[in-house]
Amino acid sequence: MSEFINFYFIPGVVLGSIYALGAIGITLTFGILRFANFAHGESMTLGVYFAWSMVQFSGLHPLVVMPAAMLATVIVVLGIDRVFYKPLREASVVMLVIASFGLMLMVRSVIQFTWGVQLKTVLPGIQMPYVIGDILRIAPKHVMIVAGALLLMYAVHYLLTYTKIGKAMRAMSDSAELARLTGIDTEKVVMATWIIGAALACAAGVFLAIDTQVETRMGFKLLLPMFAAAILGGVGRPYGALAGGLIIGLAEELSSYPWVGNEPLLNPGYKAGVAFAIMVGMLIWRPSGLFRGKVF
Amino acid sequence: MEQLYGYGLYAISLFTMGGIYAVLTLGLNVQWGFAGLFNVGIAGFFGIGAYATAILTTAASQRHLGGYEMPYAVGFLAAMALSGVIAYAVGKVCLRLRSDYLAIATIGIAEIFRLILKNETWATNGPRGVSEVPKPFETLPEPWNHISFLLLVLAIVAIVYVLVEVARKSPWGRVMTAIRENETAAKAAGKNVEAFRMEGFVIGCMIMALAGALMAHYLKFVDPNVTEPLLATFLVWVMLIVGGSANNKGAILGAFLMWIVWSMTEILTGRLPDELAIRAAYVRIFLIGLALQIFLQKFPQGILPEKRPAAQGKSADRGVVGEP
Repeated sequence: MSEFINFYFIPGVVLGSIYALGAIGITLTFGILRFANFAHGESMTLGVYFAWSMVQFSGLHPLVVMPAAMLATVIVVLGIDRVFYKPLREASVVMLVIASFGLMLMVRSVIQFTWGVQLKTVLPGIQMPYVIGDILRIAPKHVMIVAGALLLMYAVHYLLTYTKIGKAMRAMSDSAELARLTGIDTEKVVMATWIIGAALACAAGVFLAIDTQVETRMGFKLLLPMFAAAILGGVGRPYGALAGGLIIGLAEELSSYPWVGNEPLLNPGYKAGVAFAIMVGMLIWRPSGLFRGKVF
Repeated sequence: MEQLYGYGLYAISLFTMGGIYAVLTLGLNVQWGFAGLFNVGIAGFFGIGAYATAILTTAASQRHLGGYEMPYAVGFLAAMALSGVIAYAVGKVCLRLRSDYLAIATIGIAEIFRLILKNETWATNGPRGVSEVPKPFETLPEPWNHISFLLLVLAIVAIVYVLVEVARKSPWGRVMTAIRENETAAKAAGKNVEAFRMEGFVIGCMIMALAGALMAHYLKFVDPNVTEPLLATFLVWVMLIVGGSANNKGAILGAFLMWIVWSMTEILTGRLPDELAIRAAYVRIFLIGLALQIFLQKFPQGILPEKRPAAQGKSADRGVVGEP
């Protein structure tokens, strides 16, 4: 039991929180700007490298420099929107998807050019886990990650529920036409979408970098699970993305638990396939997702 | 004289690779240009083709599944058939939804395929790949072996071109365009939109697998890197958008043009000192990406824009339908 909790359940929750934060950005751009943003994983990677540089420069803890890294990521993403997405806003949506696919490789090549491809860490050293009642062993970094993710999720919840711009975003996600008719400034909503998505992507990336290490393909590796989480929760539904992220993270980790006999249920090499399988199942069974999202 | 010979061999390899990319781009053109289907898992179907033929035609080895030593034609056909079956399954799930979902699912298929290649070492030799894949004409004396292979590739480009061009001008091709331009109207005219889309998607994936099979025989080697999205997916998209979507000549032109640009710039950056050369490789990717963005924004039709086939019969004579 203790092995199950410490080596499968807790890592699952940690991974799930990271997916959830990333998936919120995916689901918001999908719902509001109406396209699947393939460059979202690279916003995440970029944020991590900003944070890494700041940690190197200042010697502070990665969580301390995180807000600055989030700001830097937001600025770059807004710049990308202005130069590459805005001119295509009137064209068909698929053009935006192609553009985002191209940007995925462009941003990654900039990262590889600037920082190189060697593995890096943001938080060196080994930490002793907290031991609770002989059974539970939790690494301090995992506590930090889950607490940080919960805090950010609450902030998103507050923003979407109580602020004017949050309400405008939900309105536009439900119906762009109606939102425009009621006088909502769509460009402002678009900007808010990019800001929230990029900031959360950066945070998710930094959490992942704290948990594992920094590498140039980390965002791309998270892209599929994040899409899966967004579709599982329902496109355009931020709460759905939270639930979807947690479910996918847990499912990936629990898939290699020896449920039957002593062998892992699924070869851990196929962990990354779990998200895909769940997504395909959802597309067949209920494309609108758990939270009745949009289906285009 | 010797130097000239070297240049000649280089030109042959340039056009062989360009030809393989032309086949890939024609496959994508059937999906995107004709049917408006958004496939970003080209590398996956390319890899499926490469591995299928490699395993079927290579001599027995301790390291991977094989030893069938089938003729090349069987390898090519099996590559296309396997890719077609997988494409059908993907299409069944995604084609009723909008293009974005197909994009996500196809990139997923490419990643799953990569996982299989890496994990099922008994069949694929894992990351080390399948080597000593036979190459047509390899017993001929140099340079005739290279020239013969180039001619084979060009012949396949020509055959695929003629077939998709006939398809484009046929009623089938026109229904495809109609669906791409206005799905509701096509449905109202009684066309089975989903079936047509499925046909376009499956045919495109089969052509991509054929290109993968050619690549496996050309390099005599396949490893999981064939599913790397950069070279097999991204570059093909750039080729089609630059050359001109929905125009088969544009697809071929884009493939050769972008491949020549891509590999010539590699020679340039190769002359830099080591450290700079590695970094310059990323600059090339960035610039190719920038070219894509510029074409998307300023010249979305590409170098050779789409030409609609004129309707046959009376309406064409009256000039009602057809090109402006």
